Amino acid sequence: MIGRHLLSAQDLTSADAVRILDTAGELATVTDRSVKKLPTLRGRTVVTLFFEDSTRTRISFELAAKRLSADVINFAAKGSSLSKGESLKDTALTLEAMGADAVIIRHGASGAPYRLANAGWIQGSVINAGDGTHEHPTQALLDAFTLRNHLRAGSGDLAGARVAIVGDILHSRVARSNVALLRTLGAQVTVVAPPTLLPYGVHTWPCDVSYDIDDVLPHVDAVMMLRVQAERMAGSYFPNELEYSRRYGLDSRRMALMPDEAIVLHPGPMNRGVEISAEVADSPRAVVVEQVTNGVHVRMAVLYLLLGGRPEELMVEGADR
Amino acid sequence: MSDSILVRAGRPYGQEPVDIVIEGDRIAAIAEVGTATADRVLDAQGCVVLPGLVDLHTHLREPGREHAETIESGSQAAALGGFTCVHAMANTSPVADTAGVVEQVWRRGIECGLVDVRPVGAVTVGLEGRQLAELGAMASSAAAVRVFSDDGLCVHDPLLMRRALEYVKAFDGVVAQHAQDPRLTEGAQMNESELSGRLGLAGWPAVAEESIIARDVLLAAHTGSRLHVCHVSTAGSVEVIRWAKSRGMPVTAEATPHHLLLTEELVSTFDPVYKVNPPLRRRADVEALRAAVLDGTIDIIATDHAPHPREDKDCEWAAAAMGMLGLETALGIAAQVVTRDENSGSADGGADATDSTDWQAIAQLMSVAPARIGQVADQGQPIEPGSIANLAIWDPSVETTVSGERLASRSGNTPYAGFTLPGAVRHVLFRGRPSVVDGGLA
Repeated sequence: MIGRHLLSAQDLTSADAVRILDTAGELATVTDRSVKKLPTLRGRTVVTLFFEDSTRTRISFELAAKRLSADVINFAAKGSSLSKGESLKDTALTLEAMGADAVIIRHGASGAPYRLANAGWIQGSVINAGDGTHEHPTQALLDAFTLRNHLRAGSGDLAGARVAIVGDILHSRVARSNVALLRTLGAQVTVVAPPTLLPYGVHTWPCDVSYDIDDVLPHVDAVMMLRVQAERMAGSYFPNELEYSRRYGLDSRRMALMPDEAIVLHPGPMNRGVEISAEVADSPRAVVVEQVTNGVHVRMAVLYLLLGGRPEELMVEGADR
Repeated sequence: MSDSILVRAGRPYGQEPVDIVIEGDRIAAIAEVGTATADRVLDAQGCVVLPGLVDLHTHLREPGREHAETIESGSQAAALGGFTCVHAMANTSPVADTAGVVEQVWRRGIECGLVDVRPVGAVTVGLEGRQLAELGAMASSAAAVRVFSDDGLCVHDPLLMRRALEYVKAFDGVVAQHAQDPRLTEGAQMNESELSGRLGLAGWPAVAEESIIARDVLLAAHTGSRLHVCHVSTAGSVEVIRWAKSRGMPVTAEATPHHLLLTEELVSTFDPVYKVNPPLRRRADVEALRAAVLDGTIDIIATDHAPHPREDKDCEWAAAAMGMLGLETALGIAAQVVTRDENSGSADGGADATDSTDWQAIAQLMSVAPARIGQVADQGQPIEPGSIANLAIWDPSVETTVSGERLASRSGNTPYAGFTLPGAVRHVLFRGRPSVVDGGLA
């Protein structure tokens, strides 16, 4: 049973995760109807509290909450207390005073959602929408949902599925959440990156590690390409974009190394020509657009379960499917 | 002339009880229990008597950050912790890099009158690491500075470090280095480890400390100058210092109570009360530091008492200030860590944790050696007739449950809130006068 908050993918058991994915599946069929809205969260207030710009994640959550009839407030906190704005605490106290039932937080500091949930500032649910280089659990859930639809016909877990995550693992909250969640769901995960972009101690993670993408691709059911930011060059993580692309980018030649049914994921936004070529991004094996659609359903499921919706209710609502 | 004081039935260094008679600012006599009389009696039955503690590493925040701590509130916290002398670090605002600032700090310490406040002078102007501060002027000032440090920042430029080491020889000064390679620790948030990788917090690798210490011990040997290493935090640093000492290199080193007790696992709460620089390390580092304290590789325990106002800790991890309070909890932690039997130091406290406490060693680590390194003549003297009467009297029969709100410090950022530490400071005598009586300020 999932708790009051969703802070880390590591907090989810396999049963929790499958339940969220199953609920997302139900919600997907409901929202395929002409009237896309459910009354479940009518009268509840959901706040998106974004200290970092991320339009795609914010609108995904916003849409999810609105489809459940919640009142949605978007709070774009420009800068954080790091840049002398209002402190996280005062922002939290303000939202609490306004009666927020759930706060969806995106913050540049790892652990900020933990402070929000545990410092005694607010009573409502906290959902981590990405914290620094720590975690992004709903991204991992939507990726798992997408993988399950393609590899396991949309049900059960991901036992035995082989997934490679390629790119800047060191700075990636998507990678951390995915390694944890996919492992919990029984998948075999391999992270692939130049050694500079792997975290210290990655050998203790529940995954395999490789420096060579060409070794890994023939043995995967899916590959997840991560965005590589140009500013990493300044930190001497790799010499330049061209060399990175040559050694770790996914182009048509490399995609041909993959088994025929294997799919390509990317959390977006993509750097076409860097970690992924335009040909691959636009190929039918790339499921990037599906990931976006699935994101809304998975986030609906998370809000639904955290804010006390019951699956029976859902079955009635969606009875005409 | 002040009245005479009798400290009744205390146990110097934890040994057999005696009566200690104090006249003026000195110990006048040590007598068999029940044989001495004086104008005033302080009961020390069952208590351990130590030379007043000397902290080589304290942040008093004044001038400039008086909302975090003042020389007065810091002096009170120090006295209540059993200290009779603290060294006030230079990272104030303005920085203690001129004779004017160090004399101001020194005078304010005298006005407060609870401990000797010994200012530490900055090594470089404004702690900027570019140009030597007026070390000679600070040494010759009324404050008679002997310890120089850019603490908080590393004197990273090897040539500047060499020059500082050489220059202070003229007045028998010591450079206390905050060993942290700045390039290897850009944006660092916690110890670099498996845990930092999982938490997504930028790592502060052990090598960033160890490489600077290695360089500095070689520079100290080359120049024949005294080097002191602040807050040693890693097992590798201990190895480097042990090697340097085996070669006779002129280095001393300190460990903090928090690095002797706490581990990085606490960071997984993301509660910034555990954010400190250098960061909390692994269990293996804690064990290595404890062994080094016991075998003399580490010379002293120093608090790195670092007060911060609530708003600087009541926030997200990355935004929080680094540092922890330490003055009022240092002795209780030392009592459970510095033991004759290496295995009996428990991390959870409890009264029987102090049965095997090595009080002679604690006197060395927290009074005699820091007074020697800091060149403080009136401190760290033996408990014997003729010595200046700086005494800390500690009651092992009670326990102390730590609470940030009950501390005398103006800030509350103690990582030990809720911890039960063994013992409590009962009385403190500062230059023959009680500064603490029955656990409260006199």
